Amino acid sequence: MNNTPGTYWQKKSSAAPLATFRILFGLLILASLIRFAVNGWIEKLYLEPSFHFTFYGFEWVKPLGIYTYGLFIIGGLSAIGIALGYRYRLSVLLFFLSFTYIELMDKTTYLNHYYFVSLMSFLLLWLPAHRYYSLDALRKPSLRSATVPAWSIDAIKLLLAIVYFYAGLAKLNSDWLFSAQPLATWLPTRYHLPLIGPLLKQEWVHFAMSWSGAVYDLAIPFLLWHPRTRAFAFVMVVGFHVLTRILFPIGMFPFIMIFATTIFFDAKLHQRFLDGLSKLGQRLGLRRNVTSAPEVSGGLAVQSVFRQKLVLPVLAVFFALQLLLPFRYVLYPGELFWTEEGFRFSWRVMLMEKAGYAQFKIVDSETGKRLYVDNSEFLNAFQEKQMSFQPDFILEYAHYLAKVYTERGFHEPEVYVESYVALNGRPSQPFVDPAVNLAAIKPSLKHKSWLLPFNDEIKGL
Amino acid sequence: MKRVLLLFVLFGLFAACGSDDNSPQPTDDFDRKAMLSHWADNVIVPGLEANVADITTLVTAAEAFRDNPADNEFQTLKTAWLEAYKEWQRIGIFEIGKAEELQLISRMNLYPTDASGIEENIAVGDYNLDLPSEKTRQGFPALDYLLYGIAADEAAVLAKFQDAAVGSAYRDYVVGVAQKMQSMLQTVLEDWNNGYRETFVDNDGNNATASTDRLVNDYIFYYEKHLRAGKVGIPAGVFSGAELPGNVEGLYSRQYSRDLLAISLDATEDFFLGRSYDGSVSGPSLNTYLEELGTTKGGTALADVIVDQWAVALAEIQSLNPNLYEQVNTGNTAMLRTYDALQINVVNLKVDMLQALNINVDYVDADGD
Repeated sequence: MNNTPGTYWQKKSSAAPLATFRILFGLLILASLIRFAVNGWIEKLYLEPSFHFTFYGFEWVKPLGIYTYGLFIIGGLSAIGIALGYRYRLSVLLFFLSFTYIELMDKTTYLNHYYFVSLMSFLLLWLPAHRYYSLDALRKPSLRSATVPAWSIDAIKLLLAIVYFYAGLAKLNSDWLFSAQPLATWLPTRYHLPLIGPLLKQEWVHFAMSWSGAVYDLAIPFLLWHPRTRAFAFVMVVGFHVLTRILFPIGMFPFIMIFATTIFFDAKLHQRFLDGLSKLGQRLGLRRNVTSAPEVSGGLAVQSVFRQKLVLPVLAVFFALQLLLPFRYVLYPGELFWTEEGFRFSWRVMLMEKAGYAQFKIVDSETGKRLYVDNSEFLNAFQEKQMSFQPDFILEYAHYLAKVYTERGFHEPEVYVESYVALNGRPSQPFVDPAVNLAAIKPSLKHKSWLLPFNDEIKGL
Repeated sequence: MKRVLLLFVLFGLFAACGSDDNSPQPTDDFDRKAMLSHWADNVIVPGLEANVADITTLVTAAEAFRDNPADNEFQTLKTAWLEAYKEWQRIGIFEIGKAEELQLISRMNLYPTDASGIEENIAVGDYNLDLPSEKTRQGFPALDYLLYGIAADEAAVLAKFQDAAVGSAYRDYVVGVAQKMQSMLQTVLEDWNNGYRETFVDNDGNNATASTDRLVNDYIFYYEKHLRAGKVGIPAGVFSGAELPGNVEGLYSRQYSRDLLAISLDATEDFFLGRSYDGSVSGPSLNTYLEELGTTKGGTALADVIVDQWAVALAEIQSLNPNLYEQVNTGNTAMLRTYDALQINVVNLKVDMLQALNINVDYVDADGD
């Protein structure tokens, strides 16, 4: 398809939706970064802890001390660059790199929302979102174009559709559908909310919200895609995300999703939004009109050849990975929610209420001297909480403890853990085999055979 | 709001065609505000009042001893100290509000106490107990040292207090420490009586900073760090690999450490069961909250599992030597058994109970998924 582009790949569409998306995305990620800094989370999550949990293969990504602030400044400035369409490719690249670096520094803070932002900025890197209504188009008239390839807008729609649809697929399990867990645990304690509070104690509400949540996630991409259901779908999007914002502490994500889904709307609507922006700009004294960009023939065509040679294969691989990665869990034995092997990067959102407790024992392999570890000596409360029920955290921490206690004079310390985990309202049960010396286990992506079996079954995807 | 309502109607329709499973689900009709009121009015405030009363008796006894360092006054002072120390075991749990601000627990009962630092303070005569560096030179452990540890035996201790050259400096230090404790407890009580009670009770929501979440976290923290680790685990060498008998509570008096531990556990259980401070009434509590939710573990109600386990732990405690210093030195395995018995309830409280009550474990107010 690369050499003989079919009609779809040549199809053009108005550049307005892509420009609006670029502006809104840039502003929202800027707001996210500012909010993160204002809440003091840079210090609390990245600077204060002495130990950080890293991602497999990215152990070298660590907070940079005082320079960590620099990462956030680069991220913030490049977000402004994205919104303005100023040196767009460079801005997107810098944003993608700085933001992804930040997310890789400590997996304690992993959120699917942040993963989404990283993916979206990677995708934007390959899309011509700067050809219209941007400072770049103003600076370089040769860039200007009132149209973009239709696929570039569809690519964003596709990524959004994957996020929703996979989140919906993940809800098709017996805990979610037949026990209404974890919503049945979470919702009742929001009873003090005005108006809806009393409802949240009702069992039927837990089931209603679980089922409708699953239906919503599975259906919304299609409802948004079809012009006839689009307006209704958008009302659902706004309602759903506002509701989740009221019920759960999920930060900026609802707003990012609400604004991102506007990409599905007709180009005319986006043009109206941009015209409105222009009027506002003129009132503020900005003279030059960036919207009246005459189509320049030639420039786009030259770039199109390059794009089809490189961009389309890159995006094909990107989307193939997006479609496959969430299913990697089938390669592992055991219950996904219990082992969490293949849980991350799969749009498994709000599926688990999981809590644990882990007490580590250090044994000197020569003298037999032993002691228990006070986790608060090494981890903050947030890290300890996340560590206590995620196997890869437990293993990485065990290796760190082995290192620390070697420095403290233990001979080749053995590290054992007595741990208990409770999942979705079930009583806690032993989690890691307490007889296994974790210091001797190599971190890998292989199945963690040192976990004890989950004494229950969760059916479904 | 209309849209939200509309959504609820839609959700209801979805549910009507979806939900076909009718297994009984626990529902949360629990009134957190009533529980917080009970904690404030029947547990914490009366507890602070009792502590202020006992510490006032202690100050009076210390002043009487300062003015007349006779054996009779000395015995009265030691009794007052012990009574106040026992009372304190019932209120140290509530490190919230003003108590948290003052870091009350680490000023009232941080041990091992810094004996040489205390001697230095007395010798120099110029000290400021408000300084953070002075935390290990005040509170009950400092008095424990002063009343029992400054000389070889009881007679020698009294003789030192009566010594013409240094006696008055030692007696002044005792008074200074007691007054400092009194003023801190009074400050905390006044804060509860002047608005904090309302702040506490009104903050009845469910988030990391809501009163229920905060206090239950404080409670578990107390149980885990101060009771399980501080009173038993650390002296038994659980965290160091070597026994540390010098880290027992009441090191110098050498006879009260087991009783203080038992009272502390009793207070922990009373709070869980919702007993009022004077024991006269029971109110809404973690126990009734769990019962209402119907939380079970291994077929037994979780609340019963927890209470039964405490009975096991208490039996272990009662088998110990009244002087835990002695116990660590002569039979540390009994200490370790006690530790293990206490440990089991850390998991029950921290994992099972917190999940059932949907209480946030940490104060890091970060975003969720």
